[in-house]
Amino acid sequence: MSGHHHHHDHYHDHDNHFTPIEARVKALESLMIAKGYVDPAALDAIIDTYETKIGPRNGARVVARAWSDPAFAARLKADGSAAVAELGYGGRGGEHIVAVFNTPEEHNLIVCTLCSCYPWPVLGLPPVWYKSPPYRSKAVIDPRGVLADFGVTLPQGQSIRVWDSTAETRFIVIPMRPAGTEGWSEEKLASIVSRDSMIGTRLAVVEAQS
Amino acid sequence: MNGGQDLGGQMGFGPVRPEPNEPIFHGDWEKRVLALNVAAGAMGQWSIDESRHARESIPPADYLSFSYYQIWLAGLQNLLLQHGFVTRDELTEGKPSAPPRPPKRVLKGEDVPAVLRRGFPYERQAQAPAKFSIGDSVRTTVIHPQHHTRLPRYARGKLGVIERVSGCHVFPDTGAQGQPETAQWLYTVVFTGPELWGRDADPTTRVSIEAWESYLEPA
Repeated sequence: MSGHHHHHDHYHDHDNHFTPIEARVKALESLMIAKGYVDPAALDAIIDTYETKIGPRNGARVVARAWSDPAFAARLKADGSAAVAELGYGGRGGEHIVAVFNTPEEHNLIVCTLCSCYPWPVLGLPPVWYKSPPYRSKAVIDPRGVLADFGVTLPQGQSIRVWDSTAETRFIVIPMRPAGTEGWSEEKLASIVSRDSMIGTRLAVVEAQS
Repeated sequence: MNGGQDLGGQMGFGPVRPEPNEPIFHGDWEKRVLALNVAAGAMGQWSIDESRHARESIPPADYLSFSYYQIWLAGLQNLLLQHGFVTRDELTEGKPSAPPRPPKRVLKGEDVPAVLRRGFPYERQAQAPAKFSIGDSVRTTVIHPQHHTRLPRYARGKLGVIERVSGCHVFPDTGAQGQPETAQWLYTVVFTGPELWGRDADPTTRVSIEAWESYLEPA
């Protein structure tokens, strides 16, 4: 490919569209496949898993179940990994799950100041902001400021608890069930649980009907 | 180590900027880097803590200017070089010039769902009873190791309370140095805002870390 600068065919043009980082990643992938270290089919299966199979809808189902079934909520509080396994979730990046429940007295927020630890099986891959220096630096020293960045102000008198994920323990926040959701099905309840509310940077809310 | 990764309490990065409707990946290369990291990790040649150490060993100025998956790319390249799986020339060329070093395992496409679903549990059989119980007051140690540790700088030398005992978990400090099976008791230790950040801190805020037994002393 390189060394063919006299050609102006479409392959050459295509190659030139790679940014330096794309070229480096491509080189690494080709090399690892050629040396037999990775199976190309495994790479595709990993990407497919996190793009289409594992994401925050899993966590939303966990929250909706906890809201509708007090016995499940109690099991979730006692052993997060076992309870989410009842719904079929678990595994890599969530081997040791701890669910933390918001109350009128205390709001929970999760962070990983040292890297990007996050409960993959229930929330999927973390968003860019979760992994970024602004969030990782500020969440532990100024959690109310972080909430303000998300447009959230907690009621007077509600304290904040921040969980820094420094081990393989992975936290999921169980937001408070909003008023006006009495009698809702689990599916409808899950629809109002956002990913950010399970990180603790937003609340679960019932959108006003237009 | 006190690397660019240890961000808790640093100032000056500006507000958190949530991205409306953000995609899972911001480019095809990010997907490839994620998948290469997961697949290479499954070779079983290094622990999660060794891969964290490879990333935090990136010089701080680079660490802070790299995007997240750039950090993962640099970390993976370092691991492959350190373990003798690739040479620098090969990384540049993108094709082999030295014979491969056969890895312990190669993750096959058909095995991916089961392997991800199973995960890699980090709890181990305890060799001794836990030194601390729920409600105990403890002080975190003051350490500044050159090697990997999961005791963040902001939580060193601080007074806290044991809130949860999580069993015996693989110890990252030695796990990153070729002893992936050494384990210690793991605790959730909670601190008040003022204990961590001083007299001007918000007294209605508490922060906890997950701390291994050797990070703690009775208080």
